[in-house]
Amino acid sequence: MTNITDQGLVHACSAIAAAVVMLGSGLGPALGQGYAAGKGAEAVGRNPGARSEIMTTMLLGQAVAETTGLYGLVVALILMFVKPFG
Amino acid sequence: MMQTMLYSAETPDLDFYIKGVFSYELFGQTLWITSTHLSMFVVSLVLIILALVVNRRMKRATEVPTGLQNAVEYGIEFLENLIDGNMGKGKGHGYIGFVGTVFLFVLFSNLSGLFGLRAPTADFGVTFAIGITTFLVIQSTGIRAHKLGHFKALFEPLPFLFPINLIGEIAVPVSLSMRLFANILGGTIIVALWYGLLPVFFNIGLPSFLHAYLDMFSGCIQTYVLCMLATIYIGDKM
Repeated sequence: MTNITDQGLVHACSAIAAAVVMLGSGLGPALGQGYAAGKGAEAVGRNPGARSEIMTTMLLGQAVAETTGLYGLVVALILMFVKPFG
Repeated sequence: MMQTMLYSAETPDLDFYIKGVFSYELFGQTLWITSTHLSMFVVSLVLIILALVVNRRMKRATEVPTGLQNAVEYGIEFLENLIDGNMGKGKGHGYIGFVGTVFLFVLFSNLSGLFGLRAPTADFGVTFAIGITTFLVIQSTGIRAHKLGHFKALFEPLPFLFPINLIGEIAVPVSLSMRLFANILGGTIIVALWYGLLPVFFNIGLPSFLHAYLDMFSGCIQTYVLCMLATIYIGDKM
């Protein structure tokens, strides 16, 4: 274990950080989107006539809720490919 | 930084990098024509040809629409509904050109991944340009509607909230462009990983589901979200 270079250590830490970022930013939007889908199903159950309207609103809300996850993805990609710390 | 992010191809079997096609010198700097430029050129060409064909067809438009006229009228009605719904009925008629242009360009760019091109919207340079343009349209709408009151609104409700309001204004183009960029880039990377890292057996037929979800569904939804948010922000300033 003595022949790890400083740069290699930084890259390894960057990879771990990217994994942690994806863990957090994958979990949040998943919960949010699932909650929105559940509420959408509830709304369709209550008012089946407005199905298409509810569907559009739900998908839009989910697409916006996904944004934080995508920010996390960008941070992970920067950590992996730009290697800002070395 | 984002620009240089995906240029170098260290792992040749992964095909999601922006590739330089040829370089040229301008004012002592080396600039590159990349795959983004090429696919943008193709998308623009398709849109121009579509515009010419539609223009010629609509000169002899009929009362009862058929064929292409049907599709065009559906598209225009869709955009009008989007703008009327978010800006107020009849108020946003001058914006249909801008929103329509962004909509068509982004939609065709997102769908271009289906034809083997690298989607232009998976390059932050393209989406940030769209975001900046939207920002300028939003601000000019506010200045035209409220004159100096547009800048006074930054100091409301309390003067010391100015920095937060300013950040809120500047975050608009960043979040708009980042959302589109990351979505399409994520799709591109997943498809490239599938093609590059799995045995050949998995590349027959199965990727069509990936393309259907990532390119078509996600691309269309993101196009709609982008245009809807742009109209909402513009309508906010009117």
